Amino acid sequence: MEPYELTITEAVALMADRKLSSTELTKSCLDRIEQTEAVMKSFISLQPDRALRAAADADKKRAAGAGGSLLGVPLSLKDLLCTRGIPTTCGSRILENFIPPYDATVVERLSAEGAVIVGKAAMDEFAMGSTSETCAFKVPSNPWATDCVAGGSSGGSAASVASGQVLGSLGSDTGGSIRQPASLCGIVGMKPTYGRVSRYGLVAFASSLDQIGPLTRDVTDAAVMMQAICGYDERDSTSVDRPVEDYHLFLSEGVNGVRIGVPREYFGPGLDPEVRRTVMNGVEVLKSAGAQVVDVSIPHIEYCVAVYYLIAPAEASSNLARYDGVAYGFRDKNAADLLDMYKETRSQGFGPEVKRRILIGTYALSSGYYDAYYKKASQVRTLILNDFKKAWEQCDVLISPVTPTPAWKKGEKLDDPLAMYLSDIFTLSTNLAGLPGLSVPGGFSTGGLPIGIQLQAPHFHEGELLRCGYNLEMGVNLERLLPPLMNAV
Amino acid sequence: MEFETVIGLEIHAQMKTRSKIFCGCTTEFGAPPNTHTCPVCLGMPGALPVLNRRVVEFAIKVGLSTNSRINRVNQFARKNYFYPDLPKGYQTSQFDRPIIENGFIDIEVDGGLKRIGITRIHMEEDAGKLIHDEREPVSYVDLNRTGTPLLEIVSEPDMRSPQEAYSYLKKIHAILRYLDVCDGNMQEGSFRCDANISLRPFGQKEFGTRTELKNMNSFRNVQAALEYEVRRQRDLLLEGEPVIQQTMLWNPDTGRTEPMRGKEDAHDYRYFPCPDLIPVEIDEAWIDALRASLPELPDQRRQRFIDAFGLPEYDAVILTESKELADYFEAAVAVYDQPKKVSNWMMTELLRELKGGEIGDCRVQPLQLASLLKMIEAGTISGKIAKSVFIDMLDSGKDPEWIVKDKNLLQVSDESELLALVKEIIAANPGQVDEYRGGKTKVMGFFIGQLMQKTRGKANPKLANELFNKELWG
Ligand SMILES: [Zn+2]
Repeated sequence: MEPYELTITEAVALMADRKLSSTELTKSCLDRIEQTEAVMKSFISLQPDRALRAAADADKKRAAGAGGSLLGVPLSLKDLLCTRGIPTTCGSRILENFIPPYDATVVERLSAEGAVIVGKAAMDEFAMGSTSETCAFKVPSNPWATDCVAGGSSGGSAASVASGQVLGSLGSDTGGSIRQPASLCGIVGMKPTYGRVSRYGLVAFASSLDQIGPLTRDVTDAAVMMQAICGYDERDSTSVDRPVEDYHLFLSEGVNGVRIGVPREYFGPGLDPEVRRTVMNGVEVLKSAGAQVVDVSIPHIEYCVAVYYLIAPAEASSNLARYDGVAYGFRDKNAADLLDMYKETRSQGFGPEVKRRILIGTYALSSGYYDAYYKKASQVRTLILNDFKKAWEQCDVLISPVTPTPAWKKGEKLDDPLAMYLSDIFTLSTNLAGLPGLSVPGGFSTGGLPIGIQLQAPHFHEGELLRCGYNLEMGVNLERLLPPLMNAV
Repeated sequence: MEFETVIGLEIHAQMKTRSKIFCGCTTEFGAPPNTHTCPVCLGMPGALPVLNRRVVEFAIKVGLSTNSRINRVNQFARKNYFYPDLPKGYQTSQFDRPIIENGFIDIEVDGGLKRIGITRIHMEEDAGKLIHDEREPVSYVDLNRTGTPLLEIVSEPDMRSPQEAYSYLKKIHAILRYLDVCDGNMQEGSFRCDANISLRPFGQKEFGTRTELKNMNSFRNVQAALEYEVRRQRDLLLEGEPVIQQTMLWNPDTGRTEPMRGKEDAHDYRYFPCPDLIPVEIDEAWIDALRASLPELPDQRRQRFIDAFGLPEYDAVILTESKELADYFEAAVAVYDQPKKVSNWMMTELLRELKGGEIGDCRVQPLQLASLLKMIEAGTISGKIAKSVFIDMLDSGKDPEWIVKDKNLLQVSDESELLALVKEIIAANPGQVDEYRGGKTKVMGFFIGQLMQKTRGKANPKLANELFNKELWG
C-alpha cells in the first residue's frame, strides 16, 4: 500500500509512530499527481515546492514534540479559498492572475493544525455548475470513469481526494457543491450548518447559502477536518458564536433509538432505481443497527429549484459586481472609455454560465420584478425551513439520495442548463434551510459508478450527522474499493 | 399667481468614528492615496464586513436627539451600481429597514417655532474619490475614504422657503456638532446637503414637479441656490413653461443652478438585504445608556441662555446655533458677568469679523474678549477705541491690555489735561461758541470732534461733554 492511499487518520497515526514522515507522504502524493494529473485534471495550480517545505517543517515540528490534528497531511483546496501569495482564480479568467494578500480563515486554521497544502483544485467558474465543466482552465475527471464528470462545483476537490492525489480537501457548498461531487466520486463530503464555519476569505457566490466543508475518504476524516475548521470568527458577521462539539466522540456512539426520517418527496418518479435501491439499503443498515425509521414529508421541496435559482443568482449578481477591471483581476486594456472597460472586461472575463446567472439575478432584483421573484423566493424559503422544523419533531436525521443519478458523461448536460439545475434537486434545500448535510458512499451502480447517500440534521447537529454517517459507513461496509485508475496508472 | 415653495433636504454626515464602518482602517483625512485601506474596504474577493458598533451608537444618539423612532431591528441593504470609486459594485446602505424613522425638529421661524419632519435616518458607507489628471487621459482612484461611515438624514418636504431650509440645515448641523458625532465641515465634505425643491400654486395640495439641487458646499450656498431655483421655477411657471424633473448643480461662480451634464437615466439600484450582515438588534438597555449619555442639545441650551442669562430669544438662537460659539460665550461670561454685553459684542463685532468662518479659527480667546469688555466698563478705553483694538486682537492674537499700552490708546480721563484742551478749542473757535450759546446745541458735536482729533480719539467722551458744558455756560 502506498502512502497516498492512506486516510488522514491512518497517516497521522503512522507519522505519530514515526513509521512515516510527512516528507515521504507528501512526495508520495506529488508522485501520484504527476502520474495521474494529465487524466484527472484536478488542479488549477500546484505548489509542490511549497508543499515539500511545509512537509519538512511538519517533520521538524513533530520531531520537536509538536502536535496538530493535520500535522504533515497533504490536502488540496478548492480554488475559491483565498491563499496568501498563491493565485486564487475561482476557475475564472477574470481572476486568472489574482493573488490574494491574505489567507481565508479556514486556511489559517488548517495551517495552525499543520496541514500541507499541495494545490488549488479545479471548480466550476465561481462555483456555478454541477460538473466543474464551467471551469475556465480544466475539467476534472471522475476517477471511476474518466470520461464522466467528477461533479461540481467542488469537482477538483473530490477528484483529487478520490484518485489518491491528496488525503483530503476543502470545498464549498452553495447548493450541493460538496455533497454532489463527493457522491459521484465515492467519497465523504460534508456541508456544515450555515454559520458554523467562517466564510472569511471564501470568494462569495451566494453569501446566504455558501458554506465551506471537507471532502475526505471516510467519515472519521471528515470529523477530523471539521474539528479543525469549525468555530466562530469575528471577521465573519454571519458566523455563529457557539462552542464546537468534540465530533470524534459521536463516532463511537451507536444509532440505537435514533429516529431516521425518510422524506417521501425525495423518492419520486424521476429517481434512478439503482440510486433508490442504494439509499433504501442504507435505511436498512441503520435500522438493523437499532435506528427507528419514520416516514416524513417536506412538502415544499418541489419549489427548491425555483427558489434557489432566484436567490443564488440574485446574490451572485451583486457579489460579482466587484469584478469590474478597476482594482484587480482581468481588465480589457483596449477599452475606449469607462463603460467600454466594464462591458469588455466582464464580457471577456466571465464564461457563459456565470453571465447567465448574473442576468437571472439582475432580473430578479430589478424594480418591478423584485416582489414577484426575489421577495417571493425569500418567503418560500421560509416555508421550506418550516417544513424541516416540522420534520425535526418526528425525526433526528433525514436520509435521502444525493443526486437522482450516478455520474454522467462529460458534455452530456452542458448545453442543457435546466437538466443541470434539476440534478441538484436533493441538495438545494439543505442550503436554503441552512442545515448541515453529509454525503456518504452507499454503493455502486451496475456500471461501477459510486452512489452516495445524503444525511441531513437540524442546525448545529453535525455530531449527530457524523454519528449516523459513521454507522452507515460501517454497515454498508464497502471494501475500500480503489477507483480503477488508482491501480491502472 | 402666487406660488408656494416646497423644499425637502437630504443630508449626508460623515461620522467621526476612529475607524471605518465595516473594517478597522482609520478614517483620518490627508494620507497618501490608498494607504488607509484593507481587503475589506478594497472590496477584495472573500473579504467580509463587520459593523462598527460606534456607528450604531452615533445613529441612535442622533435619533434620540431628533424625537425619532429607533428601529429595534434594522438591516443593511446593498445599493447596486457601477462606478470606479465603489470597489464592490454596491454601496452597503439601508433601505426598507433603516435604523431611524419618523422624527422631527423644531426650527425658529419669524419669532415662532415650526416643526420639520424627519422621514428617516440611515447608516451607510462613503465611496472613494476619483482624481483626474488634467495632463493625461486617465483618472486615478483613491479608496482612503471608502467605508467612512455616513448618516443620511432625509427630511419631509416640510420647508416652505429657502430661509426655513437654511434654519433646518443649521439646526441639524448644530445637533450633530453638540453630539460630537460629525465634524460638520461643509467645505471639506464631511457634512453635505442635497435639496429637492418644487413650487405649487397656493392652496394646491399636489406637489409641483421638483428638481434636485446638488453641489452646495456652504450654508449660504444652500440658501442662495434655493433662492435662485425658486426664481427660476417661478419664472418658468409664469411663462406657462413646464419645470423639468432633473438634477441641477449650483454654480457658485455664476450664482446660478445648471442642469447636470450627461444622461440622466433613472437608476435601478436593485436594493436587497445584505446577506453578509445580520440584522442589527438594539435592546432597551443600550438605548437607555445612550440616552443618559446625551449632552445638552441646542434647544435646551437656547432655553438656558434665555432663562439663566436673560438673553433675548434672537441672541440665544444665534449663539447656540454652533456649539463652539455657545461655548465661547459661556467662557467669556464666566469671567465677565455681563451676558447681554458679551452677547452684543459677539453678535456684532465678532460674527461680522468672522465673515462666516469658524469660531475655532478666531485668534481672540474668550478671556481676551472679556478683558476687552472689562476695559470698556472701567473706562480705560472708549467703546470706539475698543473696536479697533479688537481688530488688532484678531490679527495678532495679543491681549487687549498689551495692545492698548503698546499703541498708547489709554482713554484720557485726566480732568486737568482735558480742560486745558477744551479751553484751547473754545478760544480758537469764537464763531461756533456764539452759535452754541445762541441755542444751536448741535455744535457740541463739533467741539467734541475737535477734542477727539487732538487726543487721537482717546478723550473720555462723557468727561469731555461735562467739561465743554461747564466752560461754555460757566
Ligand atoms: Zn479597510
